[in-house]
Amino acid sequence: MNVILEERGISKTLEGLADEIEEAIPDRCAVGVIGIRARGDDLARRLIGLLEARGVRDIASGVLDITMYRDDLAEIGPSAVVRTTEIAFDVEGRFIILVDDVIHTGRSIRAALAAIIDLGRPKSIRLCVLVDRGGRELPIQPDFAGIRCDHGEGHVNVRLEESDGVDRVEAGT
Amino acid sequence: MNVGGSTAGAARRSVESATGAKAESMVWPHKHLLGLEELSAEEITFILDTAEAFEGVSTRSVKKVPVLRGRVVVNLFFEDSTRTRTSFTLAAQRLSADIVDFTAKTSSISKGESLKDTARNIEAMGVDLIVCRHWAAGAPHLVARNVNCCVINAGDGRHEHPTQGLLDIYTIRQVKGRLAGLKVAIVGDVGNSRVARSNLFGLIKLGAELTFVGPTTLVPRAFEALGARICHDFDSVIGEFDVINMLRVQQERIASNVFPSLREYSRLFGLTSERMARVKPDVLVMHPGPINRGIEMSAEAADGHQSAILRQVTNGLAVRMAVMFLCKQAAEAS
Repeated sequence: MNVILEERGISKTLEGLADEIEEAIPDRCAVGVIGIRARGDDLARRLIGLLEARGVRDIASGVLDITMYRDDLAEIGPSAVVRTTEIAFDVEGRFIILVDDVIHTGRSIRAALAAIIDLGRPKSIRLCVLVDRGGRELPIQPDFAGIRCDHGEGHVNVRLEESDGVDRVEAGT
Repeated sequence: MNVGGSTAGAARRSVESATGAKAESMVWPHKHLLGLEELSAEEITFILDTAEAFEGVSTRSVKKVPVLRGRVVVNLFFEDSTRTRTSFTLAAQRLSADIVDFTAKTSSISKGESLKDTARNIEAMGVDLIVCRHWAAGAPHLVARNVNCCVINAGDGRHEHPTQGLLDIYTIRQVKGRLAGLKVAIVGDVGNSRVARSNLFGLIKLGAELTFVGPTTLVPRAFEALGARICHDFDSVIGEFDVINMLRVQQERIASNVFPSLREYSRLFGLTSERMARVKPDVLVMHPGPINRGIEMSAEAADGHQSAILRQVTNGLAVRMAVMFLCKQAAEAS
């Protein structure tokens, strides 16, 4: 495993993402930040903190489980665990920032978009990821990407303090 | 609301998902759900945890997820049922499945076709999941042995009604936050009740203390061997329970010798207003429906703030969605 980001790198990257997102938020538009389980929700919480520090007010926070919307359930087999989706706010008319740790094929994001649209009609949805590792199979691209690394077929793992006890992005075969 | 932090920890393992992120998971091995007797405590807990995720689907604006899109579910019912069949139908529809009703009275069963032939003919039409209710114990098991698709038992004779057992247990966990150590009473015609059996297998595995209450003719001592306490005097124990689940008096049995009279039954074992004054203040009152008001329970008990009867019905949808989802996943993985 190659370590491609350490703790400091992750926090600097998130600061940069928060700067970009803050600039993109339209004036007087209600904001919702939705993280995809697992890891995307941890990153979403951190981003909300950073956005609030930049003066963004009244950010609604949500957690999305996309298992019910995946199109590859047969491939991941009986291992898929469905967890709760916790989006307690109305997405209608909001500026939604969808947060995930890694974007690869784009299929998770496709599932997440379908899930959010079943909840209502947001004003817009923007995608923020920590790592864009290439390998897209669908025409879906992040609006805000922390780092890019083309990593072929190998693994890219994002480990976060909240879930794994350590902040680290690593890549390996 | 705290619905209990229980997880199927022992049965879960870590796997690498498509993105390489770690995900907790459990290998769900069963493509059929025939009873709770053959499931482990971890497996039952896993179904309950999965049902929590499906509960949210029914409260959103679009009450549908694409889990069973393009799949076909058949309700194969050899016995009358309204609420169970409706609940399975709605659950399948919320998973985006197509669903067809096949009822015995209107079918070739009345022309003498065997159960095995019926099941195989239905499967040959390209069915993915059969929901089976039958008056004979073991009928869904026979169907499961003879088809390749998933089979879910929706009640077989006096044997089991696993999804009812699961929704009862889910409701108790949801309200009480736990199952271990709870004192649960099931009152009424236990001997003839598949609901009582499914509750028994599930609740005891999850650590609840179960008491069957009813007249000697309806509550056989044999249940002690399965881990339940038997009691024939409701009044002597009524104040102990955290949960009181009242079984329906099956009116068709009144004519037989097991019930001396409805009035006597109601006086001795009904959850009357007088008895409601002596229960624990936070007791949970349950009933699998349909209720005979004034016989097994008073309107006060059925509609009071301790009653979870409508919550049971709502939870039935989430539980049935979870069960269909898990069985279908296991079938596709094998």
